[in-house]
Amino acid sequence: MTRALMISMAVLGTLALGACGEKPQSAGTAPKNDTKAWDGSATVFAAEGYKAGDKAAWEQQLRQRAQSQNDYMRAPAKPQ
Amino acid sequence: MARMKFICDSERCIECNGCVTACKAEHDVPWGVNRRRVVTLNDGVPGEKSISVACMHCSDAPCMSVCPVDCFYRTDEGVVLHDKDVCIGCGYCSYACPFGAPQFPTNGTFGLRGKMDKCTFCAGGPEANGSQAEYEKYGRNRLSEGKLPACAEMCSTKALLGGDGDVVADIFRNRVLVRGKGSEVWGWGTAYGKPANGASTQTKTEPNKS
Repeated sequence: MTRALMISMAVLGTLALGACGEKPQSAGTAPKNDTKAWDGSATVFAAEGYKAGDKAAWEQQLRQRAQSQNDYMRAPAKPQ
Repeated sequence: MARMKFICDSERCIECNGCVTACKAEHDVPWGVNRRRVVTLNDGVPGEKSISVACMHCSDAPCMSVCPVDCFYRTDEGVVLHDKDVCIGCGYCSYACPFGAPQFPTNGTFGLRGKMDKCTFCAGGPEANGSQAEYEKYGRNRLSEGKLPACAEMCSTKALLGGDGDVVADIFRNRVLVRGKGSEVWGWGTAYGKPANGASTQTKTEPNKS
């Protein structure tokens, strides 16, 4: 009886410890490194007034361009 | 520079679908895939509201959290992009996204499902800026050309604003002050954490509402 118990304990212990040897299952994938937007584009459609690689100029260009969405810049609001 | 953000002004959107068309044309988006779409609430009822919805490039993007292969990344400008060479098309991101942004090209009802496609804020993908490979996978990279997303720039009523978060929030706030209503920005709180720069998600805080 004790012998059977000891054998079963040993088998269970081996099985339980077996999990410790499991290999990590993460995919280990990662996206490629992206080029910075201010580094410019290979196309010929780049907006004028900003030089590729100049981060400050690129940011200024985008801020200025965003103001084209502000229609109060084109036509002031009617006075209240 | 602040983060890139979208704001859709439901007081101005006229459901013309110009943004959807601009996006489809600019990026050669295939049939069945809509990176941007216009949603109308209470359609046909007086006072109906429409908003243009796409990827909001969330501050804490749920798609990034659930992706089992980590194909997402965030650029320095806060644009959430993904690498189609890593994506396995599992669709977890589409369940996690509160805006329904991730799209999957299919060939028929029981056909194959392709890799995920979504709005890139016109910033392309990890391939070289403006390259053919980038265009074929993600469409045009307007940001690297010093331009803003085509949908926002093409919007005829300027309901859809896109660009530097501080700039577009200022434009929107000025608008709300001038017209005295319509301060709610749908999706802003969900995407960017909390209302900021005068943009509120609650109707009760509208200034001078008559």
